[in-house]
Amino acid sequence: MIKSELVARLAQANPHLYQRDVERIVSTIFDEISAALARGDRVELRGFGAFSVKSRPARTGRNPRTGAPVHVDEKFVPFFKTGKELRERLNNADIPEGKLLAAEEGDEDDED
Amino acid sequence: MGETITRAHLSEAVYQEVGLSRNESADLVESVLQHISDSLANGDTVKLSSFGSFSVRQKGGRMGRNPKTGEEVPIKPRRVLVFRPSHVLKEHINAALSGKTAAAE
Repeated sequence: MIKSELVARLAQANPHLYQRDVERIVSTIFDEISAALARGDRVELRGFGAFSVKSRPARTGRNPRTGAPVHVDEKFVPFFKTGKELRERLNNADIPEGKLLAAEEGDEDDED
Repeated sequence: MGETITRAHLSEAVYQEVGLSRNESADLVESVLQHISDSLANGDTVKLSSFGSFSVRQKGGRMGRNPKTGEEVPIKPRRVLVFRPSHVLKEHINAALSGKTAAAE
């Protein structure tokens, strides 16, 4: 599902709203979450999940081709932790075999 | 910095921006999250341009270890939700936060 499909589904469920208002509602929500993260705030949506920002400290990396040391600045990465209800729902849902992607290497950042 | 944003903040933003009632704004925030959850529970990926994408991955079972006792514990196959932030979101956050740290130093 992409954003326009989400908007279409919401518009269908709310026939009294204009489609452009539904678009604004969806954009407002995600713009608000982005703005909060850009302030370094955490966004907690019980039952769904929580967004936060993790900082990766500055380090000295290496150019893999030449081996020359390169300074890498401190970096901030957005992080999402799935809420308990949603996690349980996904694990109990009836999802057809083969529809899901298999776990990738280095995908081990869910702690529980 | 360091605040926690909740559904109430998002509803307030929708209320301010779109001009629906506070009640209806809150219902719509809930409805957005509900539609995303439904889609994921269906096994679908949800892509929100300039924000990021959510997808469900199947993970195989493996042997884990209780880090405290060293005891081996089987971990059953399970599904996990993975969020991949878009470049736009990553750049937005880095532009805002790196500037702040630099200014504070």
